[in-house]
Amino acid sequence: MCTTCGCASGEVKIDGADVHHETAAGHRHEHDHVHADGTSHRHDHSHDEGHAHQHSQERTHEHSHRYTPVHSHAPGLDARRMVQIEQDILAKNNAYAAQNRERLLERGIFALNLVSSPGSGKTTLLCKTIALLDGEPVAVIEGDQQTSRDAERIRASGAPAIQINTGKGCHLDAHMVGHAIEKLGLAEDSLLLIENVGNLVCPAAFDLGEAHKVAILSVTEGEDKPIKYPDMFRAASLMLLNKIDLLPYVDFDVDAAIAYARRVNPAIRVIRVSATSGEGLGEWLAFLRDGLSSAIAAKRQTVDSLKRQIAALEAKLQGSPT
Amino acid sequence: MHEMSLAEGVLQLIEDTARQQEFSKVTTVWLEIGQLAGVEVAAMRFCFDAVTRGSVAEGAQLEIISTPGTGWCLGCSTSVAMSEAFGECPQCGSYQVQVTGGTEMRVKELEVG
Repeated sequence: MCTTCGCASGEVKIDGADVHHETAAGHRHEHDHVHADGTSHRHDHSHDEGHAHQHSQERTHEHSHRYTPVHSHAPGLDARRMVQIEQDILAKNNAYAAQNRERLLERGIFALNLVSSPGSGKTTLLCKTIALLDGEPVAVIEGDQQTSRDAERIRASGAPAIQINTGKGCHLDAHMVGHAIEKLGLAEDSLLLIENVGNLVCPAAFDLGEAHKVAILSVTEGEDKPIKYPDMFRAASLMLLNKIDLLPYVDFDVDAAIAYARRVNPAIRVIRVSATSGEGLGEWLAFLRDGLSSAIAAKRQTVDSLKRQIAALEAKLQGSPT
Repeated sequence: MHEMSLAEGVLQLIEDTARQQEFSKVTTVWLEIGQLAGVEVAAMRFCFDAVTRGSVAEGAQLEIISTPGTGWCLGCSTSVAMSEAFGECPQCGSYQVQVTGGTEMRVKELEVG
C-alpha cells in the first residue's frame, strides 16, 4: 500500500511504474505485528522517503488493514447493527481533485482535461499546439489503457510528458493525476494539458482538478454525438471541432453539431480547428494564453493576500508586549 | 457508465468504515442512485458482486433506492419530472431545463454483523 495516501497497488502504471511513491529509499518489507490482546499476524507494507508511519522506540505503531483481520479488536460487537454512511460514491475522487486544484492554483498552472472519442486527433492537435507555443512552458499527461506511444510522441515534439496506463480502467481519476503531477515537477506559471483516455462517457464524471474540460469532436464522426453522449458535452466548457480541413470530403453538418452541443450545454464555447491546415489554432492558442494569464493572476492574488496576512500578524506581534 | 469504478468506490467507503467502526462482515448495502445519475443498475449489481469477492462485503445484498429525476424548466418557471438528464420539458418541450434532483450516487447505510 502507498504510505503517503493509502492507495493500493493495482494495474495503473505511470511511465511504466506502479502508482507508488517510488524513491531510491523506497522498499517493501514484511514483519510480525503483535496486538494489545496478544494475537499476532504477519503483514507487509512499503515505505518511502516521507515515511508516513513512524516506528517509535518501543517498535509499536499504528497502521491500517486493507481487509478486516480475522480477530476482533472489539469483542461483543457481533450483533447485527446498522451503520450510517451517507457519502457520495465519488467523494474520494472529488477530494483528490480539490487537492490537485489547490496545488495547481498555488503555482499558477492552467490545466485542461481533454476528452474525446478515440481517433478524434487529440495527440496530433497537442503536438501541433506544443510546436506553436514555441518554448512557452507546457507539460502533458497522457492517459491510455496501454503503451506509452502518445507520451513518446509528445516528448518528441519538445514538451515534458508522462504516460498513465489505466490498465482495465476507462478513465483517468484525480488520484492518478495527482501522482503524475508530482512526478512531472511542473514549472511555475505554465500550462498543463491532460489527455484523457479516449472515451466519451466515463471521464465526464471524474473531476481531475482541471480548470476546464475540453471536448474534441472531429468532423469524421457523427454531428449528433453531443446529444448521444450528453454528459461529456455538458461537463465541457469548450468544444474543439477538429479536422475541419476534411469538411469538403465528409457529410458533416457543422451548424447542427453546434446546435446539438448548445442544446445540452447552452454556455459551451466552440472553436473550429484543423491540426493539419492550422486553421483556428490562433483562437485556440489565445484561449490557452488567456487561461494561463488568469491562473497567474489568481496565484499572485493568493500570494498577495498571504503577504497581507503576514504583515498584519507581524504588526500585531510588534504591538504586543513580549 | 464506469460502474466498475463506482463499485470500487463503494467498496472503498465500506472498507474505510469497517476500519473505523471495527466490523468484519457486511450483510446489506443501501445505495441511493438517482434516475439521472447515468448508472446502469444491472451493471452496478454485477460489478458490485465482482469487486466485493474476498472482502468484508462478500455476498452482501445490494439494495438500490432510486430517486426520481426532477428539473426546473426556465420556460414554464416550474419544477418538472425528468426521465433523461438532457431531455425536454414535458410541458412546453423546451430544452432549457436545469436538473435539480436525481443525480445522486451515495452509499446510505450498511447492515453489519
